[in-house]
Amino acid sequence: MTILHVEDIVKKYGDFQAVKGISFAVEKGEIFGFLGPNGAGKSTTIKILCTLLSLTSGKAVLNGFDVSKETLKVRQSIGLVFQDYSLDDRLTAEENLYFHGMLYNVPRELLRERMEQVLKMVDLIERKDDQVRKFSGGMKRRLEIARGLLHHPKVLFLDEPTIGLDPQTRRAIWNHVINLRDEFGLTVFMTTHYMEEAEHCDRIAIIDHGEIVALDSPVSLKAQVGGDIITVKTNQNEEIAKLIQERYNLESKLEGEFLRLEVQDGSSFVPQIVADFPGAILSIHVHEPTLDDVFLKLTGRAIRDELISEADRAKQKVRSFRKGKR
Amino acid sequence: MNLFESIMKTIYVIWYRELIRFRREKSQWAGMVMQPTLYLVFVGTGIASAMAFRGLPDGVEIDYLTFVYPGIIGMSVLFTSMFSGISIIWDREFGFLKEILVAPVPRWAISVGKALGIATIVSFQAIVLLALSPLAGVPLTWKAALGILPICALIGFSIGCLGIAIAGRMESLHGFQLISNFLTMPMFFLSGAIFPLHTAPDWLQWLMKINPLTYGVDALRNVIYDGIPTALLMVQHSLAYNVTVLTLFGVVTATAAATAFNKTE
Ligand SMILES: Nc1ncnc2c1ncn2[C@@H]1O[C@H](COP(=O)(O)OP(=O)(O)OP(=O)(O)O)[C@@H](O)[C@H]1O
Ligand SMILES: [Mg+2]
Repeated sequence: MTILHVEDIVKKYGDFQAVKGISFAVEKGEIFGFLGPNGAGKSTTIKILCTLLSLTSGKAVLNGFDVSKETLKVRQSIGLVFQDYSLDDRLTAEENLYFHGMLYNVPRELLRERMEQVLKMVDLIERKDDQVRKFSGGMKRRLEIARGLLHHPKVLFLDEPTIGLDPQTRRAIWNHVINLRDEFGLTVFMTTHYMEEAEHCDRIAIIDHGEIVALDSPVSLKAQVGGDIITVKTNQNEEIAKLIQERYNLESKLEGEFLRLEVQDGSSFVPQIVADFPGAILSIHVHEPTLDDVFLKLTGRAIRDELISEADRAKQKVRSFRKGKR
Repeated sequence: MNLFESIMKTIYVIWYRELIRFRREKSQWAGMVMQPTLYLVFVGTGIASAMAFRGLPDGVEIDYLTFVYPGIIGMSVLFTSMFSGISIIWDREFGFLKEILVAPVPRWAISVGKALGIATIVSFQAIVLLALSPLAGVPLTWKAALGILPICALIGFSIGCLGIAIAGRMESLHGFQLISNFLTMPMFFLSGAIFPLHTAPDWLQWLMKINPLTYGVDALRNVIYDGIPTALLMVQHSLAYNVTVLTLFGVVTATAAATAFNKTE
């Protein structure tokens, strides 16, 4: 069953086209990822699907409701975790949830029970009476995810949910999300620029400059790159690169103190190259292509090059705002 | 989905949040009490001893402090309710507004809840300001004490809606402060709070008559002077008339507030 159907949506901010006519469909129970560098149009797309932004043209239907016409019904069907924090930090964790439950008209007799349930799920039950301003970034994020689930949405939107979080918390959040999908058939639509994270998705749309450049499962996407990635460190990189070119007809790229090459079958190539260059190879490493390699291949740029830590930026903004105005 | 129930819950929970936040913001309490007290004690006493009241209507006997006391209550309500709009700017800046705007509820209900919260807070403020009545030489009757609350709530609701209407359309704190100062200052000066309407020159009287707060202050005088017949003669209009004007004003500002969050890019 298709729960989200997007057809050729375009978003213009003035003359600037942030989303350039993208189309896709998401199935119920799917974890669908948007992967792309800063400014690709991920948040813009999410805001359109959540009815916070109007679209310039195109059509999107969520849970059977048109996002530009049946806004209240769409909003009732979704849970949302924004890219930047959206909690009231003067309220306690529990009050934030209560507020949300009332806005989404969760029946009174269920609300208490559900609040407890989601607080336990994100492991914040002991801190429920603390004001959110005393929480760490990871705790706030967990609370936001709990809040997004309180009204049992059909689709959960997560806009870079784990940015600025430590690996442990990131993993915990992913475990929750996957559990929910398995238990309740929840559909998850998420954006990220962490490659490792995108691997958890059933399907990924790679988005760049407002366009989808590829859409498939992580496995198939990586299969596009073809073969394995090998990085070797030798005692004289340049010379060996030339010899590799002559002997195997393989292009190699110098990356720092390593040579990087793509081969069909990494595990049989390694013994061969070690035998062919006795004594010259100091270290060698084989890995399967990652989504980063996919992105590199599709756009000619690495996602990592374009990353600025969003979390740092947000923190800085708050700090200067407080200093300047309070 | 039961729309009516959902709207009532929205209004209630927004109102409730307003009160929780107010309860936790202790510095705001202090400001709300200190400012009117300073005005009454320093400015009121200073003006009272420097100048004599001229041109009072026949039979009126009134001390300047007694005269200015309802005006100072009106002023406090005006400032508190107008600047409550600031919280919307903070909510926008710190992201919480998005949580409210993406909820499956009509946006006007958000404004109503908030304005009711403001109305409740200014009523608390009014209760505290009742304690200043001995300083102003006003013997409080029950009618006065109980009458002040709904009047302050009505003023608070109307002006609160005005603040919401402005803040909802503003991106920056600076812009909001500029516009709201531009409105509150003349509204306060020309409300009959610090000088009476009938001694003012015609052009000023005209401005005072189109100022909604004039009717708020007059309504307050109506009830506060309940125990002082000689002061009661200062009142311009009947309580019913004042309340009608204020209600109409409230309808206009509430309409403006209802659409404050409607714009989407
Ligand atoms: N309100 C706005 N007005 C004008 N331009 C905007 C606005 N919001 C976003 N943009 C532009 O639209 C483009 C897409 O922005 P968007 O926030 O969707 O990117 P993103 O993929 O979410 O990036 P990030 O990874 O940094 O969150 C950017 O070039 C951005 O500058
Ligand atoms: Mg984004």
